[in-house]
Formats: sequence, C-alpha cells, structure tokens
Amino acid sequence: MNKPLRRIAIFCGLLMLALLLRDNWLQYVSADELRTHEKNRRVLIERYAQKRGDIIVGEKPITGSAPTKGSDFAYKRTYKNGEMWSPVTGFASQAFGATQIESLEDEILTGNDDRLFFRRTLDMITGKKQGGGNVVTTLNGRAQKAAFEGLGSKKGAVAAIDPSTGAILALASTPSYDPSEFAGNSEDDSKAWQRLEKDPDKPMLNRALRETYPPGSTFKVVTAAAALEHGLYDDPDEETDSPLPWTMPNTNTELKNEGPIPCKDATLREALRVSCNTVFGKIGSDLGKDKMLETSQKFGFNKEQFIPVRSSASTFPTEMDKPQTALSSIGQFETATTPLQMAMVASAVANDGTLMEPYMIDNLQAPNLDVIEKHDPKKMSEPLSKANAQKLQEMMETVVQQGTGSNARIPGVTVGGKTGTAQHGVDNSENPYAWFISYAKNPDGGSPVAVAVVVEDSDADRGDISGGGLAAPIAKNVMKAVIDSKK
Amino acid sequence: MSSTTHTSTIGAIGAPSRRNTELALLVFAVVIPCFAYANVGLAMTGEMPTGMLGYGVGLGLLAAVGHLVVRKFAPYADPLLLPLATLLNGLGLVLIWRLDQSERLQQLQKNAFGAFNPAAPNQLMYSALGIALFVAVMLVMKDHRILQRFTYISMVVALMLLLLPLVPGLGTDQFGAKIWIRIGGFSIQPGEFAKIVIAVFFAGYLMVKRDALALASRRFLGLYLPRGRDLGPILVIWAMSLLILVFENDLGTSLLFFGMFVIMLYVATERTSWIVIGLGMSVAGAVAVATFASHVQARVDAWLDPFGCYATSGACEQIGQSIMAFGSGGVLGTGLGQGHSDLIGFAANADFIFATIGEELGLAGVMAFLLLYALLIERGVRTALAARDPFGKLFAVGLSGAFALQIFVVAGGVMGLIPLTGMTMPFLAAGGSSVIANWALVGLLIRISDTARRPAPAPAPNPDAEMTQVVRP
Repeated sequence: MNKPLRRIAIFCGLLMLALLLRDNWLQYVSADELRTHEKNRRVLIERYAQKRGDIIVGEKPITGSAPTKGSDFAYKRTYKNGEMWSPVTGFASQAFGATQIESLEDEILTGNDDRLFFRRTLDMITGKKQGGGNVVTTLNGRAQKAAFEGLGSKKGAVAAIDPSTGAILALASTPSYDPSEFAGNSEDDSKAWQRLEKDPDKPMLNRALRETYPPGSTFKVVTAAAALEHGLYDDPDEETDSPLPWTMPNTNTELKNEGPIPCKDATLREALRVSCNTVFGKIGSDLGKDKMLETSQKFGFNKEQFIPVRSSASTFPTEMDKPQTALSSIGQFETATTPLQMAMVASAVANDGTLMEPYMIDNLQAPNLDVIEKHDPKKMSEPLSKANAQKLQEMMETVVQQGTGSNARIPGVTVGGKTGTAQHGVDNSENPYAWFISYAKNPDGGSPVAVAVVVEDSDADRGDISGGGLAAPIAKNVMKAVIDSKK
Repeated sequence: MSSTTHTSTIGAIGAPSRRNTELALLVFAVVIPCFAYANVGLAMTGEMPTGMLGYGVGLGLLAAVGHLVVRKFAPYADPLLLPLATLLNGLGLVLIWRLDQSERLQQLQKNAFGAFNPAAPNQLMYSALGIALFVAVMLVMKDHRILQRFTYISMVVALMLLLLPLVPGLGTDQFGAKIWIRIGGFSIQPGEFAKIVIAVFFAGYLMVKRDALALASRRFLGLYLPRGRDLGPILVIWAMSLLILVFENDLGTSLLFFGMFVIMLYVATERTSWIVIGLGMSVAGAVAVATFASHVQARVDAWLDPFGCYATSGACEQIGQSIMAFGSGGVLGTGLGQGHSDLIGFAANADFIFATIGEELGLAGVMAFLLLYALLIERGVRTALAARDPFGKLFAVGLSGAFALQIFVVAGGVMGLIPLTGMTMPFLAAGGSSVIANWALVGLLIRISDTARRPAPAPAPNPDAEMTQVVRP
C-alpha cells in the first residue's frame, strides 16, 4: 500500500503548491491592481485617515478637515464658501468619491505621492503622523467672488484667464452646490447627494468647463481673426464686400441681422460693433470650411483641455456645406463652446495673438510647505499674428466704447469685448444665452485678465436678454476685481 | 521474518521517543502566538492587551496538558503533530481576538443580533474542549485498531450526522448552506465530526473489501476497470455526496467526502482506474448540480468574475472583498491589527479568516501558514506510511487526505482559485465544531503514529508482504 500512499503525498503536495502559486499571483503579481481597485474601500479609508491637505487660493485655504465620529474614516472634508468654490475644487466625499482637483491631486492631498516618499519615511521613523500636502491654485479670490455674486441666482458660468500666462483667475458656475453637504457618509450626506442629483437645474454640473453652449455673436471674434489671418481683409476700416440682404450660397435663405443695422459693405470694425450676421456669415462662407476650421482649432476648438481638470471639447463642425459654414461662423449651427474656450479666445487676442495653455494649479506643496512641483506657463498656439491681434483688439475696444458692449466700460481702463446672444431651442423658443467675452488692458501694455461670461436663462424678459445687458456687467466686475487686487 | 527488515519507512527499533523535541517545539508554538497577541495590542491601541496573560497561560496550559498526556500515553508519537496544531490554534485565537476588536464587525453584529459577543473567549473554551477530546482519545483508545469493530456503526453514525441539518426544527439555514444544527443555543456543524467518523467506516470497509475491488477487474483501454457489482460502494458514496450538495447546499463537504473516499479506495486497491472514475464522477456531479442549484451557480459566477457582479450579488461581494484583502496585503502585509480585512463582514473570522492573514501578514505569512498545514499533512501521510496495519494506513491517509482537501477547498475558495464553499479553515477559524473535531483528528493521528513508531511490536502478519517481501539468502 505504500506506493499509492507516496502518490497521495505527492497529490497533497500539489494541492498545496497550487495554493502557493495562486497566493503569489494574488499578493505579488496582481497586488497593485487589487490594492487600488475602485471597489476597494481601503483607498477611501486611506484618503480620510489623516487630515487632508488643503486647496489654497491666494495663501488662504478654501478647504479644511474635520474629525468624524462613528465611521471608519477619521476625518472628513470641509469647505469654506463651498458653493462659490466647488467648480474649482470638485468634491471629496467619503460616500461618493472625489472629482476634479480633489481627485486628480489626491496623492498629494493624502500625502501618498511618490515624491513625498522620503519625507514620509522620515516621519515614520521620527514617529510623526503622516500629513497631506497642499495644492496652490492660480485663482483670484476677489475675481471669483465678483463672478459668483454677479451670476447670483441666474444660471450661468464665468471663466477668467490671465492672458500672459494662461492662469485661471475665476471659474464660477451657478446654480452651484456646497460639497460640505455630502462630504461624510451619513444618511444626511446621502440625502443631500440625492437631492442634488435629482435637481433639474443640475447644480453639480460645472458649466464653466463641462457645458457647451452655442456661442452666438461672440464667435465673430474668431471669424474676424480668420479673416485677418487668411488675408481676406487687411484693414479693420476697409469696406467689406457685403451685400444686404445676403442670400446664403446654394440656398434661397436670407441671413438676417438683428434689426435694421447698417451692415451693407460695413467695415470689419463696424460689423463687429453692431454685430452683423451678414458680414461675418459671408466671411465664413468666403473663407470656406477649412480655413475657418484651422483658425478655430488654433484657438483650441475640437479638443478637450486639461487644466488639469478636464474641460469638454468645444465644437466647430468639421463636416459642413457653404451655408452651414456661414451659420457656424456666426456661432450658430453646430458650433458650441465652453465658457473656458471663449475666455481662451479673448485671452489669445489680448495677449497679442499668443494663446497660453490654461491652468489652475500653480504649485504643489509638501506638508512642510516646500514646493515640490511648480507649473511653468506654456505657449499653446498662435492663432493670429501680433499685428492682426492688435487690429482685432482695436475692433473689440470699439465694441465696448461705442457698441453693444458699453456695459463693460471701466473708467480709466481700456477694455475690449464682444457681446453675444445665442438662440436655442426649437425655433428659438427658449430663452437665448447671453454671452460676453472681454479683456482689460494694463496702462503699460499687456493684459491682466480675459473673461467669458454666459448667462443661460433668466427671469428677465426675453427682449432684455442680450450679452450686453446681462453678461457684460458681470465681466466688468470680474475684470475690475482683478485690476483692483493688483493695486 | 522479523519486522525490522521488511520496510524502510518504519522507524528503526529503539528510535528515540522525541518527546523532548516535541516539548521544545511546543514552547515555540506557545510563545509565537503570545508575541502575535502583543503585536496586535500594540498596533491597535498602543499598549499591551489586558487579556494577554489569560490567553498566554490558557494556551500554555492546553499545550502542557496535551504534551503530558502524549508523553504518558503515546510516548512514541510523531513529535510535530501536537506543536503544529497548537501553533495553528494559538494563532487562530490571536486572529479571532484581533477581529473581535474591529468596530466594523462589532457594529455589524449589533445590527444583526442586537448585541456583540466577542468570539475569542468562546474559541479558547472550544480549544479547551478540543484538547479534552484529544486527551479522551489518548486515554480511551489504547490502540486505533479498536475502531475496526465499529465499521458499520460508524457508517450509520456518519449518515445520521450528515442528515441532522435536514431535520426540521433542528437544522438551521445560515448564509445559504444547511450545515448547522442548533441545540440549546449552540450551533454545531455535524459535518466536521462526520468527516472523522466516516473515515473509520471507509477504512474498515476497504480493508475488508480491497482484494475484491482490486483484483476482480477487466482490462479496458489500458485501465483495469472494476466489475459492475464492485462499483456499488463508490456509486452509493457518490450519490450521498450529491444529495448533500443538493439538499444542504454544501459543495465543500460533498467534495470532501467523495474525495476522501476516492483517495482511500485508491490506496486500498492501488488501482489508478478508481482515480479516473472518481474524477469523472465528481466532475459530472458538480457540473450537473451547478446547472440546477442556484446557490451553487451563484458561487460559480462569483468565482468567475467577482467584480462583474459585485454590486448585485452577496457572493460576489464576499469573494471580491476577500481577494482585495489579499491584494492589499502585498508581499509583507500591513502588520497584525493594521489591515481592513473586517470589510469582508460576516464570517470574516470564520470561513474568511485566511484573508486576514493575507492582508496583515502578507504573502510571506500566507506561505508560512500554508507550509505549516503542508507539514501537518505530510506528518499525517508519513504516519500512514509508517503504520503497520492496513486499517491504520487507510485511516491515517483518509484523515490526512481529507485535511488536505479541506485546506485546499477553503484556502482556494477565499483566494478565488476555486468556487467558494462553506467550510472552515482547520484550527484557525472561529467555530467550536471545527476546532474540537480537528483536535480529535490530530489525536487519532498521534495515536496511530504512536502505534506505528512504537518499538518492538508484537510480530504481526504483514499485510504488505506482496510488495515488500525481501529475498533472503
């Protein structure tokens, strides 16, 4: 009986060997994957095991951490003025995960980043508790406040950029939400989350980055840039070849202007000042799809932006016939943009044609406040030459001084801008979107701020909705806040 | 023919009793859990645990009693079996105590039963009962061959034990499997005891019938196939394990019994055909049942893709949590008391206790535990090799083989190697039936190994003569 016994012994050995191999597979080969698995609660437990690092605006934290009771998470996230800042911070919720900066820079905020490894080891030896690092943003507290309060109870969004660097100065979205309400994992947190999820006004949608709107007449700035850059017209004050009425090519449809404005053979400056659909529609049609596409993509269209939070791609259609190109060139048809994208357009013009990569994290700090990573401003593209940019600046300044953007004037400061009123809904049945994009100039050249404002709908009468009436005052206040904060 | 010449596997005459080796190893087996206990306390609260003295002394006393009884009543027993069992039992106590400290598990129990009862004190009590049974085996059973007399009684008892959970009012259905009975507030898993009792029956039965099963056969396709009428017993056992599977929803026990029978049948007859037939039958049975029983099906689905059905199925969540616990432990583990294996929830300290080892002691710890088990099994099989009588050989290999299968089925289940079945990790898992039955199992192995290694046995007719005959000059 001993021969089969020995074989049974080998069989038992093989069973154990199978277990050993499987264990090596689990705990060595696929250990990392399992450790960081999305369903692994340990990731969350670790995230909230110690005080989380803060997100900082202008040397002041806009977040905090509070100890919790009766939970496996030691701390929970708190927010200062959460409704105002949530489009910037995102949220870090024990029950519902994290988004935006809270998610992207989680490793720094929890102190688990590889670059903190040495400090962490040192802390472990000296018996110090692990701490989180800080994320220092580029935002400007006063500009953000102006943007948030300017939007008030209206639905809309504001994005403001420093044109010379691409630094985001303001990023507001209303209606907003306070991430403190569901930062924990109690029943109240759950209720708050469900209420926000079900809210038809979508308060958790980051309209400044993730919602695309038809840009309406503000897109004429891009079309004007294309006209100058592709040499269709050289001088803002030269008469354009613009019949009125103008029938779109290959159609019997006349493109309409808003009211009886002087658009026949208007100069570029004049056409932008009074916002002629016919002039810019024809420019788009004359230039053709490819040239319009080239310029708009240089401004950043058709591409997601990472600031480092993802911003949806704005759309300039790639497949169009001539009349559709004409409509797209005045910000209709399928053209759709995020507020951030339009702020980038204004900032490229203001920065003499150079578009800087937008970003909102200036630097990352170790728990002891040492800077471990700093953002260097990077050039993204050059949608138009310096000379052409300056021509476009003159035109946009005329819009504010003498045209539809008069509400954005700031005494003593040169401001350029463009209004827009975008129709939407079937047969334009819904309230149009009010747009305004603008920039302010320093007395000694250069521009400290470019801003885009969109107001979705409003309790105001339909007739009153216009970029100049609703959006321009908000843009003005944001620009003023930036200029004042530099004094 | 003298008994000293016919086999090399029997310890030499006059072999040392190795009782002092056992004592030295037992010291380690008590001290290591004490260190582990202190480790948990220091890691979780920063101070030495208050119950340290109680558990240390308790475990030490149990080990001392075990050792003294072995020294007196089984002086030539294998010196590794008792220390291995003590070490596993001690570390199991530490792990159970560690999971008792988990607020999450405490809360879970309060929500489910209204109050939290720490499992570690009970486990210490069960360990004491286990040692008591171990001592009883040593005292009452001077020779394991006595058990041969109870071959058919064992069969009846084993069947009764297996069927008890199906008796209305007595059996309870917990977590989908009907393998418990409830008597006066105590939950008992009769299957754990049935495992030993049925090994007695198999050993006794096969010892008598092995010649018929082995020799009367036809050759077919290179295999010696048994006669139709000799297939009877294996068919009965097969049907019985399928019935267990269907009515008690217990894949593990079913696999265990059938596997144990096939192993013993193979050893008794030395016919490979039995292994082939056995494997074929178990695969056919498992597939057939898996297609019909929803409970088994859910387990199989959970095994195939635990994260695919994680949100919808409890079985998937359990196995997913278990795998993540292993993965989070990595190579060296988080350290005792510093993991989150309590996320597994129910049965974290029972069927899933191996996941806690995985997370807190890491790959290194799990391999160490698997090697401890492997060593225990190896000593069991070695006992079978050394045993001089066919009953002892069959009995020892049956017990060790079942033990090995159980380890494989449980550890393989929690590690996602095979579908999960509701069985306990011997000596580690919280649960009275398991720890008591396994102490009895170790007691029986010690008794057989003592008989096997005892010097100068009365010359007995050698049952292996046909294999081990020596040509004498």
